[in-house]
Amino acid sequence: MAGTKAKQYNKKFLLDLLTEMLKIRRFEEKAAQMYGLKKIGGFCHLYNGQEAVAVGSVAAVDLKRDHILTSYRDHGHALAVGMDPNVVMAELFGKLTGCSRGKGGSMHLFDVERNFLGGNGIVGAQIPIATGVAFASKYRGTGGVALCFFGDGAIHQGAFHESLNLAAVWGLPVIYLVENNHFGMGTAVKRVSSVEDFSVKAAGYDIPGRAVNGMDVLSVYEELSEAVEQARTDSRPCLLDVKTYRYKGHSMSDPAKYRTKQELEKYKEQDPILLLKARMLEDGHLTEQEFKQLDNEMKHVAQAAVEFAEQSAEPPLESIYEDVYT
Amino acid sequence: MADIAIRDALRQALEEEMNRDERVFIMGEEVGEYNGAYKVTRGLLDTFGPGRVLDTPIAELGFTGLGVGAAIAGLRPVVEWMTFNFALLALDQVINNAAKMRHMSGGQLSCPIVCRGPNGPAEYLSSQHSQALQSLLVHVPGLKVVAPATPYDAKGLLKSAIRDDNPVVMLESEMAYAWTGDVPEEEYLVPIGKADVKREGKDVTLIVHSKPLRLALEAAEQLAAMDVDAEVVDLRSLRPLDEETIYRSVRKTNRAVVIDEAWPMASVGSHVAWLISHNCFDELDAQVELVCSEDVPMPYNHTLELAVQPSVEKIVRAVRKVCYIT
Repeated sequence: MAGTKAKQYNKKFLLDLLTEMLKIRRFEEKAAQMYGLKKIGGFCHLYNGQEAVAVGSVAAVDLKRDHILTSYRDHGHALAVGMDPNVVMAELFGKLTGCSRGKGGSMHLFDVERNFLGGNGIVGAQIPIATGVAFASKYRGTGGVALCFFGDGAIHQGAFHESLNLAAVWGLPVIYLVENNHFGMGTAVKRVSSVEDFSVKAAGYDIPGRAVNGMDVLSVYEELSEAVEQARTDSRPCLLDVKTYRYKGHSMSDPAKYRTKQELEKYKEQDPILLLKARMLEDGHLTEQEFKQLDNEMKHVAQAAVEFAEQSAEPPLESIYEDVYT
Repeated sequence: MADIAIRDALRQALEEEMNRDERVFIMGEEVGEYNGAYKVTRGLLDTFGPGRVLDTPIAELGFTGLGVGAAIAGLRPVVEWMTFNFALLALDQVINNAAKMRHMSGGQLSCPIVCRGPNGPAEYLSSQHSQALQSLLVHVPGLKVVAPATPYDAKGLLKSAIRDDNPVVMLESEMAYAWTGDVPEEEYLVPIGKADVKREGKDVTLIVHSKPLRLALEAAEQLAAMDVDAEVVDLRSLRPLDEETIYRSVRKTNRAVVIDEAWPMASVGSHVAWLISHNCFDELDAQVELVCSEDVPMPYNHTLELAVQPSVEKIVRAVRKVCYIT
């Protein structure tokens, strides 16, 4: 089914998706390396394995009028909306040239120009905020949709349930997208959740809910395109349970001993990058040589981001008093 | 000039600002069809319709967070909390989000939200419904906090709060909604961050905010009969705090009694007392006294609840102490 779907797309579109996913993968690998070298500190939540979710979703929205909010695992979304990898890496390094001038770090990437409203460090806190962003779009009649990403860990927060109810009652154009990587930090979903298919929770708020294969970027793109169109046309929320997997621990300090190597390897067999690559090879949209070249380019992008961050200035001490009030 | 109650002064402020700026909307529990739990929003639903006066479900975290999202997306929400006791459920959105949006985005975002409602002890309500919680909010950089005690200040400060580009929390008092006072017919604003000398005097400075203003003024009258001329400084804004007006008064009277209906530890009152001790040390003729609530939860019994709170008698006793009147 996936193969036939791929044929509906032109080469450039598929190549863009592949490029974005590779960019994120190589960026994250570089971030992990820099964390090991203590160039990056604090909490650092990597996106390896989940690339298809951000890339497929962002491809389905119109960033001139739609907004994106996510959790602290935000590097992938930041890059997918088109943020300069240099600026993102500089923020991870805490430099003045970072998107938040070194005030936010890994968990708080923002790009208002691209309607990317962060990067939130409190589990589930972005859910009511995204609901409010959708409220504002409806209030002003912009036709904009809010796309709200959060992890499976957030789904048990009151903020999630309060938001879905409000959005349903007020008819708000917001897409609640669970990036279900099966673990809330080190706790498996099935140990803390009454259900494993979160899409059923939509029924409690009388809104549409669907499960989505988050390892296949085209499935994500297609499901999201439909959801965005519906949210825009009907001004209604929906809930998507996007099944994905993170290859790394919850954060850099997590060795991920709560799962087996076999489980990880099983997911890596459906790696989103390899899946799209295989499809494009089969359809004649890509050669091994082109892939290698693209991959090398993305490695260079990540390396250049590190060099930019290294060479950027530290924020001045006086800046601690800035950005507190307008 | 018109002699009106605080609740009507607040409603005038809301109505004027909603007429002036269509980005302003109000939401909260019972603000619409019920006309407000304390009738502050009376008639606004009829005037502005359900698109701008929104009854919410009982979900303080959800609708406050929705307000934060609407604010960063360009609207000017006024969130009514039925009481600050319920607002404790919303504190994550106030402290972790409203107060931090500008900071974590490196100055990219502003969050012009107003959260308002009754705070402080009322009557016969026991410990969950009768407490002064300003210390929790005043502690947080990124927030502004105002605490009017007259109709004039209530109207002028609410209008300023709605126009402010920062998140502003406004403390009202259930017991004071019916208090009346003069309010000009013409438009005016009360600037945030300016204290007001409500009574001039030369012998002792009483520093107060919110509802205990009346106690301080009554104490000043009693003291006048004892030939003690008390100056009453109404802080009006707690953050930013108008330190200059406090020091100017204390440097004139050389004596200070600070009154705060909150508990003593880490409170506005204890902070102001420390500021005076630190900055007016050479000008003080006596130690600074603090009249605050007893360090206990509020009892239901009326005699006991009155004994817990600041009173005219307690203020007079403190003034006698700093004036060495035996």
